[in-house]
Amino acid sequence: MFIQIKNLSKVFKKNLAVDKINFHIEKNKTVGLLGPNGCGKTTSIGMMLGLIKPSEGEIIIDNKNLDSFKRDEILARVNFCSPYIELPKKLTVKQNLEVYGRLYGVKNLSERILEISEDLDIKNFFKRKTGELSSGQKNRVSLAKSLINKPEILLLDEPTASLDPDIGDFVRSYIQEYRSKNQVTILLASHNMNEVERLCDSIIMMKKGKIIDRGTCKEIIKKHGRNNLEETFLKLARSRDELQ
Amino acid sequence: MNFSKIYALGLRHIYLISNSLPRIIDLIYWPTVQIFLWGFISKFFTLSSDYYSNSVGIILTAAILYDFLFRVSISFNMMFLEEIWSRNFTNLFIAPIRISEIITSLTLTAILRALIGLVPAAILAIPLFGVSVFKLGLPLLFLLLPLYLFGVTLGLLVTSGLLRFGPSFENIAWASLFFLAPLGCIYYPIEILPYSLQVVAKGLPLVHIFEEMRNILLNNTVNYFDIIKSISISIVYFILGVIIFYSSYLGAKQRGTLINMGE
Repeated sequence: MFIQIKNLSKVFKKNLAVDKINFHIEKNKTVGLLGPNGCGKTTSIGMMLGLIKPSEGEIIIDNKNLDSFKRDEILARVNFCSPYIELPKKLTVKQNLEVYGRLYGVKNLSERILEISEDLDIKNFFKRKTGELSSGQKNRVSLAKSLINKPEILLLDEPTASLDPDIGDFVRSYIQEYRSKNQVTILLASHNMNEVERLCDSIIMMKKGKIIDRGTCKEIIKKHGRNNLEETFLKLARSRDELQ
Repeated sequence: MNFSKIYALGLRHIYLISNSLPRIIDLIYWPTVQIFLWGFISKFFTLSSDYYSNSVGIILTAAILYDFLFRVSISFNMMFLEEIWSRNFTNLFIAPIRISEIITSLTLTAILRALIGLVPAAILAIPLFGVSVFKLGLPLLFLLLPLYLFGVTLGLLVTSGLLRFGPSFENIAWASLFFLAPLGCIYYPIEILPYSLQVVAKGLPLVHIFEEMRNILLNNTVNYFDIIKSISISIVYFILGVIIFYSSYLGAKQRGTLINMGE
């Protein structure tokens, strides 16, 4: 297994945010992490990024324990994109990509920046300050930053939140295309069920810090007797606790 | 240590400065105002005080050196605050850069920011007031070194507070240096302080630095023992600052505040 999460828990003061979750992700697969707000998705991602120290459990990436292995060596192979974090607003798009490309130790950086900017259609606002861009443009720049190092593991936290349908579709299509051309394992946290159905090989449903179900979209929809993932999500989110 | 990553983080701040003329002006403006203010005060004291009559510009030289300390510390804090203000904190801390590399980068970039502001002001003091800090000669470097280390240390302590308490700690960032200034004996000899405060002040490198500066300017001699003492004390504080920074970082990881730190 490429990513293994074993008995992972996080307690903030007396609040149990993540409660002994276990899952694994195979190499080059895309897994959706779903659940209502406050269910522990972001905390789980934070622990996988080394931003939050787990209270208990292990995160093993490519047979290396995140806690004991050199953090920067693992993080060089990972990247993250979320609309809730931003790139320095006063730097131009190109400057931001250059800074992050260097931080990630990208070789042939100029070529890589050119390649990713053409792919994501951001070249025409290369010299504009990132803070002056529209949400859709910022989102594509953030995605470019998250792919600058050609990550083996990509963590996406609601990558199309607040985007109009056209840009949202562009981003989803790009992720699909990128995945087909590159070796990348993706964990996608999203509230957009169509997006999850379109992109994910399998899903993990969380509620109150626990995993309450898992499987392919089709399996989970069928298991709960609903017509689509949206209805299944609502059923699980509104039901009393259903444990795995 | 990966110097390419250290340079990358420094580059982020160099771009920030070079993209904005108001930022460059802001960096130069305050040290220049300080030079003007203390230049006139210094001129007045020189004419009216026996103590200062032998050496023109002791106060102005002290003001320039103190401003160097101030600029280094504020620069360190500002660069850290920039990451919080721009909501870039998470991106920075998930990048494969070690904490030691972040500290090194901020430390090296802080001196660059400080010098951008201070060098023009120090040069301006020569024709305007006939005072050149460069007259201190080689010992000037020995005085700047502990000031630099102590400035970075104060920056480390304030940023540790930001990691521990979040952006609300920002106001302390601005107040931190004024807090120590009275004990630093920047513009007056240590004997002015009450005895109990003299004991405390001697535990800071500032007293030794500024006493030595006055010694050089008034007596034209260099007491290397005092210089070594000030450097040694600064190194001790610096090591303490690094330890506190690491401990705040680990605490922030424990509390989960690195993931959503912002304005």
